[in-house]
Amino acid sequence: MSGDQLNRLPMMLSVFVGLTLSILPLPRWLDIARPDFLVIVVLYWSIMVPRAGGILLAFACGLALDAFKGVVLGQHALALSLATYVAIKLHLRIRIFPVWHQALTVFWLLALYQFVLFWIDGATGHPITNYARWLPAFTGAALWPVFAGLLGNAYQRT
Amino acid sequence: MVAFRNAETRPILGRGPSPGLRFFFFALLALGLMWLDQRQGYLDGVRYALSMVVYPFQQLVNSPGAVWDWVEESFVTRERLGRENEVLKVRLREADLKLMRFTDLEQENLRLRGMRAATARIAERVMVAEILDVDLNPYRHRVIINKGTGDGVFKGQAVLDATGVFGQITRAGAFSSEAILITDAEHAIPVQVNRNGLRSLAVGTGDLSRLSLPFLPTNADIKVGDLLVSSGLGGVFPAGYPVATVTKADKMAAQTLANIVAQPAAALDRDREVLLVWLTEPAVAEVGPDSSAEPPAVKQP
Repeated sequence: MSGDQLNRLPMMLSVFVGLTLSILPLPRWLDIARPDFLVIVVLYWSIMVPRAGGILLAFACGLALDAFKGVVLGQHALALSLATYVAIKLHLRIRIFPVWHQALTVFWLLALYQFVLFWIDGATGHPITNYARWLPAFTGAALWPVFAGLLGNAYQRT
Repeated sequence: MVAFRNAETRPILGRGPSPGLRFFFFALLALGLMWLDQRQGYLDGVRYALSMVVYPFQQLVNSPGAVWDWVEESFVTRERLGRENEVLKVRLREADLKLMRFTDLEQENLRLRGMRAATARIAERVMVAEILDVDLNPYRHRVIINKGTGDGVFKGQAVLDATGVFGQITRAGAFSSEAILITDAEHAIPVQVNRNGLRSLAVGTGDLSRLSLPFLPTNADIKVGDLLVSSGLGGVFPAGYPVATVTKADKMAAQTLANIVAQPAAALDRDREVLLVWLTEPAVAEVGPDSSAEPPAVKQP
């Protein structure tokens, strides 16, 4: 775990799983509340190991989401890059927060992410003004302790 | 905290550009991509390539459902197959009866159209495509199907299912394509009341069980139970296929426009397979001036 011999395999695996969960078909009531799995994974790694993935990882994952969701290329990429940038800026502080405080911070990051999506949706002429579109930020933050626990296992192996 | 202070996690001094600079660079890149994609349409080639990269992954996500279907199909009981067979036989008999009259009517129709020099585009060739079980966006009604340009799919192609009009292709990739459903809030389809030929547009509502007809005046002759069929105007959909049945026709005398809601004929939320349609080109390009263009006909009474 020293120098450049960082093991990126756990990170890549979790990104892969996050992407799969993001496009897995779900019944509609669950679908609306689906947390942004991939976003949470990227945020986790940028808080714990900001130099391993960082904004490049965020941009790549965002572009993948754009490709899968069939929206304008760059939408998720911009939103995820911004949220990750803020997370990297604050990563030393977020790490020492108690877990509920971390969840609160992640909530704001997820809300920021959703806001950028919302804004670009409007700017490209497909506005979605349903209030339920903010739900993933809440569910994501509520599930943060679970994700942090699971990803913590992966983090031990880096 | 000391444990975190290895070369990878040390505060950022001295290793590559700062996060701020990186973010600035990637944000510019993302904005540039959006501009090229949305305003200029330069990225169609990139999208085409991306759809090829993405397709295996979509197949992977789709596979558990596909395997389940296969297992279910392999273990159907003989009794159930027999029952299904009975039902299908009855339906085939009915369809045959209708078809006997249909060939005759089709000929007659062609003759009459020939006399009027009017041509409706007729569905010439169909291909079955399977809907991939992947999620796009819960607020948009789009699906991915497993046929692409390799099979001759093109943008703007009409998609039907066994009971009615399903939607149209919005993006054709090499192996897969994206289709928009008629109930998507950004979709509108030219329709005609089957009973009296009244024309209008059926606009999607974002609700899979509702279409809305916002451009009909309160004195329009339309009522609950009317079948709406595709009118064929606009050249995307073949004419005469069922689109929806009117379920609500509020005509408040005080309003200018009627509030009309219809239920789609296609099983939009249950379909696993859809039909892609190729239309014959009309033999005579010019149609009469009365039916060549469809303005969103808002007649002020």
